[in-house]
Amino acid sequence: MSAPVIDVRNLRTHIVTRWGTIKAVDGVSFAVAEGETLGLVGESGSGKSMTCLSILRLTPRPAARILGGQVLLDGDDLLTKSAREMQRIRGKRVAMILQDPMSSLNPVFSIGMQVREPLASYHGLSGKALASRAVELLGAVGISSPAARLRAFPHQLSGGMRQRVVGAMAISAPPRLLIADEPTTSLDLTIQAQYLRLLKELQERHRLAMIFVTHNLGIVAKMCDRVAVMYAGRIVEAGPVETIFAAPRHPYTRALLESVPRLGAQTEWLTAIDGQPPDLAALPPGCAFAPRCAHAMERCRAQEPPEFALGAGHASRCWLDAPA
Amino acid sequence: MSATLLEAEALTKHFPVRRGLLGRSAGVVRAVDSVSFTIDAGKTLGLVGESGCGKTTTSRMVLNVEAPTSGTIRFDGALLSALDRDGLRRYRRAVQAVFQDPYASLDPRMRVGAIVGEPLVINERPDASTLRKRVLELLDLVGLPERAAELFPHEFSGGQRQRIAIARALALSPKLVVLDEPVSALDVSIRAQILNLLRDLQRRLGVAYLFIAHDLAAVAHMSHAIAVMYLGRIVELGAAADVALRPKHPYTQALFSAALPLAPRDRREEIILSGEIPSPLDPPPGCRFHTRCPHVMDRCRTDEPPLAPESGRLVACHLYPLTTPAIRG
Repeated sequence: MSAPVIDVRNLRTHIVTRWGTIKAVDGVSFAVAEGETLGLVGESGSGKSMTCLSILRLTPRPAARILGGQVLLDGDDLLTKSAREMQRIRGKRVAMILQDPMSSLNPVFSIGMQVREPLASYHGLSGKALASRAVELLGAVGISSPAARLRAFPHQLSGGMRQRVVGAMAISAPPRLLIADEPTTSLDLTIQAQYLRLLKELQERHRLAMIFVTHNLGIVAKMCDRVAVMYAGRIVEAGPVETIFAAPRHPYTRALLESVPRLGAQTEWLTAIDGQPPDLAALPPGCAFAPRCAHAMERCRAQEPPEFALGAGHASRCWLDAPA
Repeated sequence: MSATLLEAEALTKHFPVRRGLLGRSAGVVRAVDSVSFTIDAGKTLGLVGESGCGKTTTSRMVLNVEAPTSGTIRFDGALLSALDRDGLRRYRRAVQAVFQDPYASLDPRMRVGAIVGEPLVINERPDASTLRKRVLELLDLVGLPERAAELFPHEFSGGQRQRIAIARALALSPKLVVLDEPVSALDVSIRAQILNLLRDLQRRLGVAYLFIAHDLAAVAHMSHAIAVMYLGRIVELGAAADVALRPKHPYTQALFSAALPLAPRDRREEIILSGEIPSPLDPPPGCRFHTRCPHVMDRCRTDEPPLAPESGRLVACHLYPLTTPAIRG
């Protein structure tokens, strides 16, 4: 296997609040190679978005602090970069697509101005070259009559179209790593299918490493090569997508997979996960999932499980997987 | 075969669009255009479609907060438009709703006991001890502890808030509950709890649901029948298993193929539609789906297909020649 594009090692990001310190990201490690997609799965508050923001060093300040670890982009630790250096890296070597395209687009500037901006500042393009590259980029994300669309403002485009524009801006460099944080959640189903196909095409064309953040296991099955399941700031299970779907090991992963209704399955009742999502400011000692886990043992409530390797890039943080 | 509870016939809602200072009429949005369906007592009708297809407007007409432009709703055999004040009051008690966002639908300044008891206070004026007993029964029904009655909504998580909203909807023992995206705002691990609860309540109370959601697997799981809407029209209507697993209309086929697989190997044939959903202000002539349909024929551009029986369900598509007289609608 070639060297990974992004190699996150033992990343820890904490948020200081009135109610105490929240360990939003608590010792997270993963790597993504060229052309590979890692699905980062978890519920709200599991730390998946905070992990991505930490990679870009865009965590909310002053509340959030990156306390430790390494974020190696092509071997280069982003956590040691100056603010000015980070600004050159964002958008150029790492790009991000957010859930709501309107949070990435400025409503008072035309699409053209926004698409041209990174091209001018990162690539020093100007004049005709700049104009034609902007048209080319919109064409590349499947927007019809791109020249006319460049004169439009964001509110004149549909949601799917706006997200395409954001996609065009993201690949303008093109980057080494693309982080997509729930990019299709705000889109209609048939438009979502179009957009997912587009992302796959862009990834293949540019050999992007991609981190795909989602809570939708269906999207993971469709888009990802590997999955990391997060719970309360930690990766509780990671492995190849086939393995995770066919033979999940961690009780949380298993419960997640069983709790989702499936087309065609004639099950009467869904397997529900008991209890509520964890209160991050008051996590129990031991395994954070133990209070909701059907297999919890005494040990789980006292001692936090380390990561156990299960072979072929598959690992789980559960005492059930402890070697006897 | 169970009894028909609600029957909508040729239900239509047009919203006038006015422009300029003088409110010059600039056409109408045909949000719902001649839609017919029935909901059986104790059963679930799933309503699916993308944004702007008219599913929410349809549910608002069923809830009687929006008057239809034309068409009728019959409930327990009685015409909704012909009901007097008392009749309407009874209708509103019999038809309740649970909405998507349990953060927006509960008053943050009311205690949960007061929220759940409010419909009872307004409609039945029970004495304090009866009220309290009923509230506790309702909380127990949706799996909340007794002490929840004393707390405020902000002390609950999203899934628990949705339980509160369900308890409130059930307070008056309704015959029909409109569920408008009841689990979309909830965490994945909580959705199954709520779907199981809704199913269990239907079992125990015999309540019927109009279930609106964009999660097709959830709709297929919850519904007995499914109606698929596109631009204000029902394009396919039938038993849930038929529509979800063996769809006939090209739009239903695309929609359910866009529903994501649950396993990496389960890569069904994928139909990716080109283009976007046309504006309901100016729907395409002929079949409204023809601009995106992979099987479009000449006549689709001019003739609107009627909703007609095909393979045990109703489909509005020219691909299926009429074998029996069409049901206009």
